[in-house]
Amino acid sequence: MTRTLTWIREHLLAAVTVLVFVFMLAPNAIILWMSFNKPVGRFNYTWEQFSLDAWKNPCASNDMCQSLSLSVEIGLVATVVSTILGTMIAFAMVRHRFRARSGINGLLFLPMAAPEVVMGATLTALFFNTIGPGSLGFWTITIAHIMFCLSYVVVTVKSRLAGMDPTLERAAQDLYATPTQTFMKVTLPLVAPGIAAAALLSFALSVDDYIITAFTAGQRETFPMYIWGSVQRAYPAQIDVIGSMMLLVTMAVIALSQVLGRARTARR
Amino acid sequence: MTTTLSAPPAAPPSKGGPDRPDRRATLTPWLLLLPGLLWLVAFFLVPILTSVGASVQTGSADEGYKLTWHWGNYASAISDYLPQYGHSLLYSVLCTILCLALGYPVAYFIAFKGGRWKTLLMALVIVPSFTSFLIRTIAWKTILADNGPVTSTLRDLHVLKVTSSLGWTVGDHVLASPAAVVCGMVYNFLPFMILPLYTSLEKIDPRLHEAGSDLYCSPYTTWRRVTLPLSMPGVVGGTLLTFIPAVGDYINAQLLGNPNTGVVGQKIENLFLRQSSGYPVGSAISVVLMVGTLILVMIYIRKAGTEDLI
Repeated sequence: MTRTLTWIREHLLAAVTVLVFVFMLAPNAIILWMSFNKPVGRFNYTWEQFSLDAWKNPCASNDMCQSLSLSVEIGLVATVVSTILGTMIAFAMVRHRFRARSGINGLLFLPMAAPEVVMGATLTALFFNTIGPGSLGFWTITIAHIMFCLSYVVVTVKSRLAGMDPTLERAAQDLYATPTQTFMKVTLPLVAPGIAAAALLSFALSVDDYIITAFTAGQRETFPMYIWGSVQRAYPAQIDVIGSMMLLVTMAVIALSQVLGRARTARR
Repeated sequence: MTTTLSAPPAAPPSKGGPDRPDRRATLTPWLLLLPGLLWLVAFFLVPILTSVGASVQTGSADEGYKLTWHWGNYASAISDYLPQYGHSLLYSVLCTILCLALGYPVAYFIAFKGGRWKTLLMALVIVPSFTSFLIRTIAWKTILADNGPVTSTLRDLHVLKVTSSLGWTVGDHVLASPAAVVCGMVYNFLPFMILPLYTSLEKIDPRLHEAGSDLYCSPYTTWRRVTLPLSMPGVVGGTLLTFIPAVGDYINAQLLGNPNTGVVGQKIENLFLRQSSGYPVGSAISVVLMVGTLILVMIYIRKAGTEDLI
């Protein structure tokens, strides 16, 4: 009796897991499928017939590719600034003892816990009151993105730093390395994967953000804002092409880094 | 917060390295912290604090805004938008419960039955998010379309009749309904539930399960008495990571809902971006939303008994 119950329980668990995975992966499959569609009318929501048109001409809508490049520009600036500032904070938090630690921890935690719409609305209210509604644009978006990426960078780099073996740095100093040498030759290479992960996360957060961006953008249009507007205007198959490309490119990058990592460990 | 208190308030500067001069060792952390913290103070903390001031202003975009201590903004911020607060709360609570119900079995399966596929399965949880979440949310318009297989199956099984009579769907359609909104929200926030659940389940020694069954516990009792208590940090973390963004979310309500599924976020965005004199009331609503969320989260953390989470 118990055995049959266990059997049911174990297979129930597997069945639920499979169904949830179908639920989570279905939209990506639909996006890939619909990118080969030749839509009738303005909206690419229902399957009509197979076509490679959208893939052959992904920038058919000029606005879309412009918004995409704006998103990438903002993403790059936001990533560089937030990764540098966040890594500095992470080093201070892990390597130094000072007053007001818990207060600083709280300040770092809050942006991750505040609803996005609140951050967007309050920041825009500040911009309205100081520089005026007319000056919203590239830099206000970038300022906002750096703000919400910062905490995620700190968390990511901090966990890498905290898990590091401190004896390695002590060993370098025992071997008469100067503090600068120790940092450049020992500490930085060891933390680098954490910093890289933080930078990737920032870029992903920045490029994909809609809510805060919509508040701080003024007249500029980022890629998520373009998609948002497309629901009202026209939803071309090219959006699904870009969506599929995003997935395929990141999966290729991950696969490549796995292969390279495995090759490197094999060489050792 | 309790853990950080254990650090001595005036820590000896020698911690920074015994060979460094004291002055520099106490100064270095602040030099490292300052730029980032100033950024957060200027563009996160100050806006939130000043928005309390902005919420009692009157005026319009053309004439400019004046601080008139117009507390009436709060009266209209609360009484004019009661249905929207209700929807935000209902959808986000429902979304959190469904995410927990769907995410826990998945995290449990990956952690204990995943074997050598663990990493791949966890990657599959994250991989979908590489595509812009707006495109993925709009893909649900295709999946739940009126002539699609999902809707026709539900129609043939007479499920839609039941849900429509309960007000969760509208007529023969799944799209443009509260059910579609919650479905989209669950879809969007499920990874945020699975990740912390998996992290805390993965730490549990599987031998505890054997110990449970050795002591004549049924698998269910073992789960309830051993696994569940040990995975509570993941449950609390996951519910917070799901509920907090869900309560402010208006993407799903806008893309998958109808005019009767309005949520607070939509109203804030409308007041800020599409109405010339809406922004004081918009600020008041965001203050209400923020304070309300904070109170709910505090009560929840107090109840769940994991204050060291923050």
